[in-house]
Amino acid sequence: MSTGQTSDPIAAYEKRIAALEAKLNTLEESVISRTVRESETFDWKTWAERFGLLIAWGVMILILGAFKPDQMFAWNSYASMFGSNAMVVVLTLALMIPLTTGDFDLSVASVMGLSSMLLAVLNVKMGMPIGGAIVFVLAAGAIVGLINSFFILYFGVHSLIVTLGTGYFINGVILWVSNSNTIAGVSMDLVKAVILTRLFGIPIGFYYALALSVLVWYVFQHTSLGRRLLFVGRGREVARLSGVNVNRVRTGALVASGVIAAFAGVLYTGMRGASDPSSALAFLLPAFAAAFLGSTAIYPGRFNAPGAFVAVFFLSTGIMGLNFLGVDSFVQNLFYGGGLVIAVSISQLIRGRKPMD
Amino acid sequence: MRSETAGRVGETDALDIRHLSKYFGGAVALDDVSLTVRRGEVHGLLGSNGSGKSTLIKVLAGFHTPEPGAKISLYGKSVPLPIPGAKVRELGLAFVHQHLGLIPSLSVTENLQIGSLSTGQDWAINWGAAHREAAAIFARFGLALDPKAPVGTLSAVQQALLAIVRAYEDIRKATENHVDRPGVLVLDEPTPFLPRAGVEQLFGLVRQCTELGASVIFVSHDVDEVREITDRATVLRDGHLIDTVVTADTSHEAFVERIIGRTMDVYAGSNKQPRTSTPSVAVSNLSVAGVGPLGFDLAEGEILGLTGLIGSGFDNVPALLYGARKGTTGQMTIDNQSFDLAAFNPIKALEAGIAYLPADRLGEAGIGSLSVGDNVSMPVYGQLRSALGLTDRQIGRHARKLGQGAGVKPNVPSMSLAALSGGNAQKALMAKWLQIGPRLLLLDEPTQGVDVGARQQIWDALDRTAQSGAAILVSSTDYEQLAQLCHRVLIFARGQIVAELSGADLTKDLIAEHCYRSMPQLA
Repeated sequence: MSTGQTSDPIAAYEKRIAALEAKLNTLEESVISRTVRESETFDWKTWAERFGLLIAWGVMILILGAFKPDQMFAWNSYASMFGSNAMVVVLTLALMIPLTTGDFDLSVASVMGLSSMLLAVLNVKMGMPIGGAIVFVLAAGAIVGLINSFFILYFGVHSLIVTLGTGYFINGVILWVSNSNTIAGVSMDLVKAVILTRLFGIPIGFYYALALSVLVWYVFQHTSLGRRLLFVGRGREVARLSGVNVNRVRTGALVASGVIAAFAGVLYTGMRGASDPSSALAFLLPAFAAAFLGSTAIYPGRFNAPGAFVAVFFLSTGIMGLNFLGVDSFVQNLFYGGGLVIAVSISQLIRGRKPMD
Repeated sequence: MRSETAGRVGETDALDIRHLSKYFGGAVALDDVSLTVRRGEVHGLLGSNGSGKSTLIKVLAGFHTPEPGAKISLYGKSVPLPIPGAKVRELGLAFVHQHLGLIPSLSVTENLQIGSLSTGQDWAINWGAAHREAAAIFARFGLALDPKAPVGTLSAVQQALLAIVRAYEDIRKATENHVDRPGVLVLDEPTPFLPRAGVEQLFGLVRQCTELGASVIFVSHDVDEVREITDRATVLRDGHLIDTVVTADTSHEAFVERIIGRTMDVYAGSNKQPRTSTPSVAVSNLSVAGVGPLGFDLAEGEILGLTGLIGSGFDNVPALLYGARKGTTGQMTIDNQSFDLAAFNPIKALEAGIAYLPADRLGEAGIGSLSVGDNVSMPVYGQLRSALGLTDRQIGRHARKLGQGAGVKPNVPSMSLAALSGGNAQKALMAKWLQIGPRLLLLDEPTQGVDVGARQQIWDALDRTAQSGAAILVSSTDYEQLAQLCHRVLIFARGQIVAELSGADLTKDLIAEHCYRSMPQLA
């Protein structure tokens, strides 16, 4: 700007405008900083949002317990429920990773079924040692992830379509390799390593799921990789222009999803010592319900491992309680289906209330 | 020209605007503007950015409510204010905006009839008849358009023509019952992205519309196009109507003078001299569809501005140098390292010390739904990691320090970026890139939507960065900003550099003059 033209009416006006603007700014700031201070100290709303699901879990136990105290307040019920839902937790974690980078993976349950069946075939029919078979099926999960990412990224097909197709394709492969039969007699070593060994009465498989949740939580929350995943999911163009290799991150997420889903299949096989061609597919919806319900808790607005962990057990506690009450098994469908829609609606409410996600 | 044919005696004017004012808060967007558009006339509307052109158009389209006291009449009948947006068509007004409002995946016929298809109650669309009708319309205008072709396969020119025909047909149908009111077509900057031959075709179509009785308001930056097509033209500047002139009697110079004005000559040239003449960045043979090939260089500590009219291609340059667009060719040398731009990408650019701040603040530059802390810490996550890994506290502490330096208010890293005002979000995003100490900083419209106070802070930050030896490239249409901020400004037209201003020549007025004058040499 040119020098000293105070006599100029425009310059004088500009000075006055600048002064007024400064005044406004300080006023604005004082108002904002007050509200911010309030929110930083303690905010009931935020607190309720973060821990609402945990509270709801407790309340649900109390209500159901009022009707069936013997079963609802027995440690054994929870111990076996925790053990038998370990693979649902793992499957939810698998699903969450591509969801965070903005891709749907509908093939996770099929990968879980494929890995379960391959494991049984390799171990029982072909006599491969169980350790080698596990490595093999985890690799198979990774390959499915690579195939998914190839079609999603190279051809630019929407992930929903690609994974819906690959999932269905895999279902066919499962029937093919198993001749549509249930295969029993999987190595007892695996069964021991998943369900027969117990800690505090809970089958050890649960602790695998817990450890994996902690790992995913750590990666998401405390590594730059985790933040990059989030960046890619929320704003691909921003991430790309910030020097993130978006395609590599998305591929990585889909491969991780495949491997973890395959691990869920290993747990599932170990839990039963056998594998059947179709039952794993029923876990797709519970995993989706838990992932979305989990995204309303602990770190609301983000897919997060602790939230997913809580959500899985929230949903399965409800189902367990209703079973105790003698409600038919169809309640499972009601609970998971309803849970998914309600969870997404709640997360939409959160989004509307403050612009997160 | 044809001014004698326009405005036959005894007939009312097509559009009559009286005492139209519009304020936004305290800012004057339009101040007591009165103008008339005659029957069968092409009326130009000229002015630079912020002159009030778009506000005027938006009042006509019913987006804005004018201040009380205004009166707008169409063919002698006054229309209610604010103009009911849903009824503009029935009143006899149709708009073609720069974004033409066509759906690329649908056919020409479907696009042509989109109005009746989307509101009509027709359970049996006769496609054969619809295609024939479309073909008949095109035949009437002498256009070779295939009614069945998807619009996405048409050229840019054909799409523009289709949009104009559609607008014309819309008002013709809406005003079928009163042939004495053929309607007013508003073309809002339809030409900047069209090749010269396409512009001529478009003008041909405009003349056909006026021969059929319609009036056309032609909004443009481009003085030569206005001189070519219009009968009369109105020039706006800073919300005031400067003059309405008969085009045939007005020279190019006279138009330019009215557009830029002489009264605003408060700011002298910046007279900034680059601190050093050590070359830092050299670009050669830079080219992409519609731009170049061109070359320029930057010295260490130099702030170089790029500007031109809309469509001249200057605004693409920062993204091209960052490797963010496909199909770029050319070479860039930065600190004696050479890069082939065809194989360049953002990751390589960052490694070479180049940072880029796009104009689209919440679409390309930052993520509104994530916290300010996450946004600004992104490039330095690696350095923020402690033994336990990255923590929110660490990110918050870093972002708060950064925000304090940049003057972000409120400086609360946990707030979402979208909750900040435009100016504060821009300060934060600028700090995101300044913290990595770029050798070359690329900026696109760095102060768009930024208040005056924040603007000064951003300029100061840029000055400091330049003084520390970085080269800075700013693309902007804000001439005043360029004049104050830059050491040198390059002016673009039709994808080429046509002028270079520096030192005492670097004034707002001279930049504007070169932008508007640059057209004829190339036409």
